[in-house]
Amino acid sequence: MTWKIALGIWMALVIAASFLYAPPALGLGEVSRIIFYHVPLAWVAVLAYLVSMVNAVQYLRTGRMEFDRRTSFNAEIGTVFALLATVTGAVFAKNTWGAYWNWDPRQTSIFVLLLIYAAYFALRSAVEEEEQRARLSSVYAILAFLTVPFLVFIIPRVYSTLHPDPIINVEGRLKMNTQMLQVFLASLAGFTGIYFWIYNLQTRIIKLQEKFKKDMRG
Amino acid sequence: MVTGFFIWVKQAAAILQKDIKVEFRTKYSLNSFLMFALTTLVLVSFSVGPYLLDEVVHSALIWIILFFSAMGGLARSFVKEQEKGTVYALKLSAVPETVYLGKFIYNLSLLFLVIIIVIPFYIFFLSPPVGNPGLLALVLFLGSLGLAAASTILAAIVSQANVKGNLLPVLAFPILLPLLTAAINGTRLALEGFPLGKAMAELQILISFFAIMFTVSLLLFNFVWET
Amino acid sequence: MISIELDNLTKTYNEQIIFSGVQETVSQGNCLVVSGPNGSGKTTLLKIIAGLIRPSAGEIRLTVENQLIPREKQKDYLGYVSPDLMLYDELSALENLNFFARVRGLAKEGRKAEEMLERVQLDKWKAKMVSTYSTGMKQRLKFAYALLHRPLLLLLDEPGSNLDQTGHALVKDVIEEQKQRGCVILSTNDPTEVTRYGDRILHLG
Repeated sequence: MTWKIALGIWMALVIAASFLYAPPALGLGEVSRIIFYHVPLAWVAVLAYLVSMVNAVQYLRTGRMEFDRRTSFNAEIGTVFALLATVTGAVFAKNTWGAYWNWDPRQTSIFVLLLIYAAYFALRSAVEEEEQRARLSSVYAILAFLTVPFLVFIIPRVYSTLHPDPIINVEGRLKMNTQMLQVFLASLAGFTGIYFWIYNLQTRIIKLQEKFKKDMRG
Repeated sequence: MVTGFFIWVKQAAAILQKDIKVEFRTKYSLNSFLMFALTTLVLVSFSVGPYLLDEVVHSALIWIILFFSAMGGLARSFVKEQEKGTVYALKLSAVPETVYLGKFIYNLSLLFLVIIIVIPFYIFFLSPPVGNPGLLALVLFLGSLGLAAASTILAAIVSQANVKGNLLPVLAFPILLPLLTAAINGTRLALEGFPLGKAMAELQILISFFAIMFTVSLLLFNFVWET
Repeated sequence: MISIELDNLTKTYNEQIIFSGVQETVSQGNCLVVSGPNGSGKTTLLKIIAGLIRPSAGEIRLTVENQLIPREKQKDYLGYVSPDLMLYDELSALENLNFFARVRGLAKEGRKAEEMLERVQLDKWKAKMVSTYSTGMKQRLKFAYALLHRPLLLLLDEPGSNLDQTGHALVKDVIEEQKQRGCVILSTNDPTEVTRYGDRILHLG
């Protein structure tokens, strides 16, 4: 309980600091403040998709239904966060380059991720039997996830990017000033905390469902 | 190990031969596959009419035609076994991986056949410039390897779903997007007449996409095949 | 020597229980008859034993010469006849059997397939497409398919359906013969078949 209250206060501080404490990034203007939300949202989306993928592998190895529930549930969280990241990204794009969407490599990648999981959910709704659904959709999730790295290589060859460099770039040089970096990392931690909260809640729901089912049977 | 591999190949060959024999007698898959590709092609040609297209549009159109006709044509390989009930007889007799292998080669041959017929027609109707025919053939060859590898396992997944209609393109598109992007770009380079060296990145992506799809499909096919 | 043990087999379909706690052992020379009304899960049980469906709980232990056979190898030891299982319509009977013999990696395939066709009295029609067969002939061909690799365990789902008098005699012969070689599990809701073949009876539903 305490950590949830702490998380609430933490996030409130992050929100306040993102507007009041951190200066806008040089050259990008006030709209750059969206970075404190956009990047953590994208990070949580990737994290949830990764956890989903790991659970898909676990399901195929063990055949235990709870892993499949976790796969699909993390895919759902990932999708919600990916949508939010897409929207925040599009708002930033509109204000900076004048268009919400321009098939920037990063936009394309997240679009493909969304497509993959849309297809994943379409497949799940097309299979009636639980175990079969779990098996087929896990295989699909693994196959789909493996193709994502290819996009990273091919897309920049076809489309040029407008996206600002990753803030922490390859050489490890930081382009944010100290205040920005503080807020950014605090936000990253806060959003990760929110993800674990949701994860925790869902794990409890899954456990309750399993228990309920056992009681029904036994 | 080596003898085991030989037995595998022999069994896969039996499945391939069976599929070819059945296809030769019914001509169902090939006819619908080919007709779909040709109708789309003629429709494109008809609607474009006298306009001159640039290489980017040509290469995109070629792969759109191939992708959608493949989705129609390749799904049948497994759906038919499922619908006719022969899938049980096959499951009880064959090693899962040999089924994948046999069906993959079968699908690949269908795809090759369609490409060999459709591409000359495309050139005939829309007269795109073909600057580097060798590169074009190579891109088509490597592209269809990946396309067949991915569609074969996806077709097996779709055949087990309760709702099969149009599921294959939905599942295949996000997976094949990197392949299609690379293939379209490679095709464009070939049409524009670039030498082989300029398309190295595309060719590498096509090869590694195929290698990964094929290996992972073999590893995962067991889970799809078992009911 | 073969013995098959069904240990606490349970099948649920999306929370709905089809059957639960099926406990049975069939050993060499025996015929287990699974009976029960439509929808009691006879076909599902046979499919589970055949390895076509996974049970929701429980295990199938197949031992041959006191060796426990792993799940993925079990299909080499069993033959399965079912209304759901079909052979290729576009191939002739002989081509069908040759195909399955090759896929199973059986040696001397040609001769074996022809012997099997004589056994089920289809040798006169062996070159005809299966699509031209009557349902009874198709049923007999399924027997040839199931016996092709001389399985120790024969699973028969409603074997008598669509068969005429000679067909029924064939089923009887096949079952007697199979009991010499191994064992049989048969599902039916025909009371005369239950009493005729059943050394043991498992009633579902």
